[in-house]
Amino acid sequence: MGFFLETLIGGLMAGMLYSLVALGFVLIFKASGVFNFAQGAMVLFAALAMARFSAWIPEWLGIDSRFLANTVAFLVSAALMFVVAWLIERLVLRYLVNQEGATLLMATLGIAYVLEGVGTSIFGSDIYKIDVGMPKDPVMILEGTFEGGLLINKEDLVAALVAAILVGLLALFFQKTTTGRALRAVADDHQAAQSIGIPLNRIWVIVWCVAGVVALVAGVIWGSKLGVQFSLVTVALRGLPVVILGGLTSIPGAIIGGLIIGVGEKLSEVYLGPMIGGGIEIWFAYQLALLFLLFRPQGLFGEKIIDRV
Amino acid sequence: MLYRENGQFKTSYAADQQIFPIAQDRWAILAIVAFAFVGVPLLVDEYLFRAILIPFLILALAALGVNILVGFCGQITLGAGAFMAVGAYAAYNFHIRIEDLPLLMSLLLGGLTSAVVGIFFGIPSLRVRGLYLAVATLAAQFFTDWVFLRVPWFTDNAASGSVSVSNLRIMGWQIDTPVSKYLFCLAFLTIFALLAKNMTRCAIGRQWMAIRDMDVAAEVIGIRPLFAKLSAFAVSSFFVGTAGALWGFIHLASWEPAAFSVDRSFQLLFMVIIGGLGSIMGSFFGAAFIVILPIALNQFLPALGGLFGVSISTAGVSHAELITFGALIIFFLIKEPHGIARLWSTGKEKLRLWPFPH
Repeated sequence: MGFFLETLIGGLMAGMLYSLVALGFVLIFKASGVFNFAQGAMVLFAALAMARFSAWIPEWLGIDSRFLANTVAFLVSAALMFVVAWLIERLVLRYLVNQEGATLLMATLGIAYVLEGVGTSIFGSDIYKIDVGMPKDPVMILEGTFEGGLLINKEDLVAALVAAILVGLLALFFQKTTTGRALRAVADDHQAAQSIGIPLNRIWVIVWCVAGVVALVAGVIWGSKLGVQFSLVTVALRGLPVVILGGLTSIPGAIIGGLIIGVGEKLSEVYLGPMIGGGIEIWFAYQLALLFLLFRPQGLFGEKIIDRV
Repeated sequence: MLYRENGQFKTSYAADQQIFPIAQDRWAILAIVAFAFVGVPLLVDEYLFRAILIPFLILALAALGVNILVGFCGQITLGAGAFMAVGAYAAYNFHIRIEDLPLLMSLLLGGLTSAVVGIFFGIPSLRVRGLYLAVATLAAQFFTDWVFLRVPWFTDNAASGSVSVSNLRIMGWQIDTPVSKYLFCLAFLTIFALLAKNMTRCAIGRQWMAIRDMDVAAEVIGIRPLFAKLSAFAVSSFFVGTAGALWGFIHLASWEPAAFSVDRSFQLLFMVIIGGLGSIMGSFFGAAFIVILPIALNQFLPALGGLFGVSISTAGVSHAELITFGALIIFFLIKEPHGIARLWSTGKEKLRLWPFPH
């Protein structure tokens, strides 16, 4: 029982990270109908920027405090993601308005390559560490209830908390601010939104900025857990089934989908894996998504506006 | 002046329907094919065969397959690498498990196996399209990656996980020198390209294109989406699978699943986008472009950097490669969605009027 719960919690933690990546997908898809394959590259880019700036800034500015340096680095990286978002809108999306989904998808593949190339040439392609002062040591909880108790990483708990705060902030931003309302309007209907005077281009920049910040947070969390390296790009590929499962247009769907996939991967790996050779977490999520595509293409929470063929 | 069809009158349906209606085109293509078969083996050195020509021929074959699916039938795929892998490993298993099976048969059986798998993973296309379908094909990619890595039967229980073939011969002709490998692949490509061209010109090809342009309308005029889509998946996977078998057998000779990773799928998709969606010629252009670009960058970037007093490391070159690929894809999608093939045909139109345009 204790082992099962530990696996479950491990899955939930991994799933939360998938949720963060999926959130970026969903935000952009809702607002602009672009299926952003570059989300993984954005995570890598943001994490690289954060890792390098947090190392460079103390040197440049002579800041001693770890916390202050990290805050400045985070802000600088966020600013950099804003620039990236602006450039993407300015140089790519502007010219591809109203194109088919598949064309936009391929364009984001191109963006992903450029971001990977630019990111690794500016920041280098070594493996970096991000140290944001997360507690590393594991804690035991519920020792009274089970024999041996449950072993949980404090780091995971902090990460979960950060993710929850981020989602809360996003919800507030979308529900309570004027910009958020404009974003939701654009998501509902591009033309109607434009006809009441919402500037589509600016909205897209904002949405990509938000997705950039989400990518940054995801990158910092992944980076501090596993180190910043090129393989972060594949995170996007892990996030794809999550959005299919949760529904492309649903923010709660992205979160719940991420948790389901995370738990499913870990449980299947532990309990099913030994029977059929192990390493199945690579494709488990995809087969789950494939099943969903066949029987419920809109996902768990998505709107039922998918093109039926 | 030289390139125009004045005076070439078509007096029969056959003449009207032929692939290259202009005599100059016909002669040029014949000359190119003849040169490829006779001239190139005499002129080219071994390095060029191994590094450029053989990869180009095989990837062009795979790009043809991808183009049939993406360009002609409009079903986006990110799983082409998976079908290459299926082709390669299936051919390998036929090759080692059946005694005295001719090489040609095992390669084609590899392609056929890939076609069957392609039909299976094409089933979601009956239900979803566009990006949803892309995810479904990615599922194929990750699944095959895993299967060939983890299920020992497929690799004949090889301890290292990599498989190898040797002593390839076809009707007593040993395929071991670069020239023979080149000729073997070239023969394959020529036949398959002709096949693809004719298939896209006949009823089934027109069905694919109707489905691509508007599936509902196609269904209304009596095209069966199930047949059209699954046949596109089957034919495409057959081409890609055969290319995969060639890639494994002829080009690599010993390979592991990483040779057919998701990067390969992306690479094939890029070939088709850059070369030209829905164009047979485009597949060749795209394959040539993607095979040559990294080598060209490797050669010229350090030299270019040296000119400006900047030294560019190998890592720098590979980054530049990524950036160039990405930028080119975006450029082509924005400026010329029909790829190099469209530039080519625009050029030909211009040439027909040269030197006296309207």
